[in-house]
Amino acid sequence: MNSLLNAARPPVLCPGCTHERITHSLDQAFQNMGLAGHQIVIVSDIGCSGLFDTFFHTHAMHGLHGRALTYAAGLKMARPEINVIVTMGDGGQGIGGAHLLAACRRNLDLTLLILNNFNFGMTGGQFSATTPPEAQLGSGFLSALERPLDICKVARCAGAPYVRRCSGFQKNLAEQIQDAIEYEGFALMDIWGICPGRYTKKNRLTPKMIDDALAKLPTMDGVVSENVRPEYGQHYRQLAAAQKKVSAPAVIEPQFTAPQTGRQEVILLGSAGQRVITAGELLCIAGLTAGMKTTQKNEYNITVLRGPSISELILSPQEINYTGIETPNVVVALDQEGVDRRRGLFERMTPKALIIQISGVNVPTSKARIHHVDLRALGVKRPDWALASLAVLAKLQQIITPQMLEAALKIRFKSNALDASLKLVKQVTTGKAA
Amino acid sequence: MAYSLLEGNEAIARGAVAAGCRFFAGYPITPATTIYHNMLNLLPPLGGICLQGEDEIASIGFCLGASMAGMKVMTATSGPGISLYSENLSFAIGSEIPIVIVDVQRLGPSTGSATRGADGDINFLRWGSSGGLPVIVLAPVDVQDCFTLTLQAFNLAEEFRCPVFLASNKEIGMTRESIDLQKVATPGIVERSAAPSNQPLLPFGVDPGQQVPNFLPIGNKVLVRQTSSTHGADGYITTDSAAIARNQERLENKLLSAINRFSFHEHYSIKHTDTLLIAYGVSARAAKAVFKAQKRRGKPISLLVLKTLWPVPENVIQQAARDARRIVVVEMNLGQYIREIKRILPQKQVDFCGQMDGRLITPARITEAVDHE
Repeated sequence: MNSLLNAARPPVLCPGCTHERITHSLDQAFQNMGLAGHQIVIVSDIGCSGLFDTFFHTHAMHGLHGRALTYAAGLKMARPEINVIVTMGDGGQGIGGAHLLAACRRNLDLTLLILNNFNFGMTGGQFSATTPPEAQLGSGFLSALERPLDICKVARCAGAPYVRRCSGFQKNLAEQIQDAIEYEGFALMDIWGICPGRYTKKNRLTPKMIDDALAKLPTMDGVVSENVRPEYGQHYRQLAAAQKKVSAPAVIEPQFTAPQTGRQEVILLGSAGQRVITAGELLCIAGLTAGMKTTQKNEYNITVLRGPSISELILSPQEINYTGIETPNVVVALDQEGVDRRRGLFERMTPKALIIQISGVNVPTSKARIHHVDLRALGVKRPDWALASLAVLAKLQQIITPQMLEAALKIRFKSNALDASLKLVKQVTTGKAA
Repeated sequence: MAYSLLEGNEAIARGAVAAGCRFFAGYPITPATTIYHNMLNLLPPLGGICLQGEDEIASIGFCLGASMAGMKVMTATSGPGISLYSENLSFAIGSEIPIVIVDVQRLGPSTGSATRGADGDINFLRWGSSGGLPVIVLAPVDVQDCFTLTLQAFNLAEEFRCPVFLASNKEIGMTRESIDLQKVATPGIVERSAAPSNQPLLPFGVDPGQQVPNFLPIGNKVLVRQTSSTHGADGYITTDSAAIARNQERLENKLLSAINRFSFHEHYSIKHTDTLLIAYGVSARAAKAVFKAQKRRGKPISLLVLKTLWPVPENVIQQAARDARRIVVVEMNLGQYIREIKRILPQKQVDFCGQMDGRLITPARITEAVDHE
């Protein structure tokens, strides 16, 4: 095969830069594999390693510092057949640390070449995540304060199934790169090199010193057996293929007449865990069975299973604009937390309005009629109170009818949940304790 | 007439799928999370891809990669996530990568209030990227808009090869509403224009008069170069200032010169009215209630509901305001878009009716602003 190097754009690296050797080794690996340019995409980020995509006649995507792995993931998921090569420096490795960890955990079939030359070359030799503390660099004494990161150890811990540490001067670098590309999964190579433009201005580093340093470290030579597992993309496609298709939203044919004509506004004042939002949805669906337009505006805190939970419901034969409620027709006081959140509401209520007051909940004085319900006495459990209050409304022929509620339950629930909800409604409407 | 009950976020997800979106990546954040949940239910059975990124930066990065591979992509977040999208947003703008970004706005600043609404990101969406080049921002009012404007957003992203925002709001995204799906008018589906597949590609080359370069996906036979660096037509770094200037101008003009084609809005005009109410997003619903009430009261006003916010639909605003003496701008923030209205209508009295406390602006409050100068 022919070289994939871009003759029109030869490497523009400093004389003696290890990146140049890696460029030629990568080209050699492509040739050994018999790859054509269009079968490869080189994804790079910022810094000298970010020049790599211009050296080759391949597809290329060059983006922001440390983010190359993210673009690569999108490309590989969209085009599983292409070889995705990511080049990154020790700088990109540092700033993109979260992406690197995630790539190790994910195990998508990408090849990451970390061109590790122990400093930020392009910006003036500042310390990176791999700088030895004794190095003299552009960031002065700051580099002495931080401990260099062994990215290979980290990658192994994070689940990378292929981790190789080597020198950019290694004779068989092309074979090693080829091995990494051919590995079906996330393959990381930590390739140590020399930055003559910056690092070796004040620090001595030779190929021999790199070899000696590597010899003292635990060997990282490719497949990490304990991390070997299915490749993410294949696994994704396998699991995705088993997912059931989602049906179109239910279309609810009008079949009943609502007990009141005109716009009706209902507020459920409860707390988390009472399934207030689900009850609100049911009331809306019940409205749709009578051909009403509906809106459901909810309010709750970000906490789960704690705090007030409020649902504002409007049922109207006309277009509904504003979704908030100022003067409700019905307020259902399900829990003190919800009532306290909207205390101001009650003084605006008219004598025609109705409050469903669940025993144990105190409501502020208002002109509205009050209908008391003791759900505990009926043996209704707290998570069912909001639904039970709909049964009360239906029984009183307020907003909805029993038929509308039953139809809504049949639309919203299936099998056991449906049976339980129908039973609960019957229990409340007949007033018989379970 | 038979309705379905959908929340805004589900309508956006379903609109995206209808537009041909088959790649979604997101990071959980209230109040946008249910878009991700819906996409996770919808896409895999269709052979599509739905991913959860390790953060928002990864999520948009996945999308940009997949878009360059030729897929229609979407991500969704809220204010804090938009902050993290910023660097990749500039990439998508400058390197012409189609993407739809949903911002289900919540009360800011910063982490703010996760479950309270606001329209506090309106200027941030326009200006929150390096370089200051324009983006498209569409603002849904209700669940139907969530569906149709999502389709429009994809069409615009594909046609103009740029990021398109949907500026939603907790009070739209997480509000359920009846919708007659049979009656929803949907636009035709637009695909990005393809370059010839039998000759080398100039990835950012345009013919005379052409504003948007033709596209080929990464991964086909013809090699494609994509770069976030300042580039010439060939996708390589350039220092040719004339070429750079031409390209920046093109990036601006491709949107500004076409704005009249996608100035989505609703104008309720009543002759001889003194006051024009301008609103967008969920506040437009209260504004419409006021419009109707004022008519009933015998004190009619006109109403302009903007659904394209950026680029500013200047012609639409100028025409709607032509006969009005006074403009009242309603916003769920402390006064952002009103700057544009004042800029466009320097000869008019422009008053503000705004609020940013997590509650909806009530019709009563707007009425008060209309009645009292």
